[in-house]
Amino acid sequence: MSNWALILYCGLITYLTRFSMIALIKKEMFNDRIREILSFVPSAIFPAIIFPAIFINEKGLFEIDDNPKILAAIIAMIIGILSRSIIATIFSGLASYWFLIFVV
Amino acid sequence: MNNFKVFLKGIIDVSPLMIPVVPFGLIFGVLAIDIGFSPVETMAMSLIIFGGASQIVLLQLFSGGASSLVIISSVGAVNSRHLLYGAVVSEHLSDLKLIWKIIISYFLIDQAFAISNNYLKKNKNSNRYFHLVGGGATCWLIWQSTTFLGIMLGAAIPEKLGLSFAVPLTFLALLVNDFRKLINVIVITISGLVATLGYNYIPFKAYVIVAAVAGLITAMILTIKIKKNE
Repeated sequence: MSNWALILYCGLITYLTRFSMIALIKKEMFNDRIREILSFVPSAIFPAIIFPAIFINEKGLFEIDDNPKILAAIIAMIIGILSRSIIATIFSGLASYWFLIFVV
Repeated sequence: MNNFKVFLKGIIDVSPLMIPVVPFGLIFGVLAIDIGFSPVETMAMSLIIFGGASQIVLLQLFSGGASSLVIISSVGAVNSRHLLYGAVVSEHLSDLKLIWKIIISYFLIDQAFAISNNYLKKNKNSNRYFHLVGGGATCWLIWQSTTFLGIMLGAAIPEKLGLSFAVPLTFLALLVNDFRKLINVIVITISGLVATLGYNYIPFKAYVIVAAVAGLITAMILTIKIKKNE
């Protein structure tokens, strides 16, 4: 398959995952119970992106010793809980990560 | 509020989330060229796919020599989270004309979903979907321009900075309010554990959706239990 066909197919499948539910689901299908469960969607999905990015290295191996990302993420999380600020969370995480890899 | 003001509100609300998109876009541009895609192909990926996670997965698997079928199905698996986003926002879009649904779908990305989900829940104005368009369009502009910069700058960006760490940080920042609720903390832990443990064992990078479903089932069980105890 050429690079162009690959890009087009990947684009198509990405778009369809975004469009299909918006196109198919009708308002009448919602009730309070479904709304309640769907309110957990961010908590259910984002950790699946966060955790492997922190704990698994580029080689696909689990990495817990000598991994500054873990401490940096914990600091960011604490700052996030205390400040409730998105910017403060991101900055504190990056700042502590750089501190850990360049200074410590 | 008129349409433009809602659109503007979307832009303002999403802007803090755009800070990590800048290094993410740069990294993508640099990596794609490094792996052997042409500048035009790299730009086309950002324009056609317009999804950071999908594009990085594409690069990762492509450089590892995976077959096209594996790459496409992996991109689909990583993107299956959009099915859930779509299900969540569809309630607010169901009265719109098809053409609007087609346009808005293109902008249904993580960051825009995260901020507009809150706005859509709290506001009942009929033009509230402009918020999602504002957030999505902002991200679009940043993503395209940083991809372009990444292609141009290439190897001038030091790998040592570890800018890829900005990606999990963005998602962490999106959960700051959920860390205060017990059910959410349990759901977060379950999903994170399933994803980490399944990373190497669940085929086609489907660990994202497997972990998400495990998290949602946990939420379902816990919310039923709490209701019974009340």
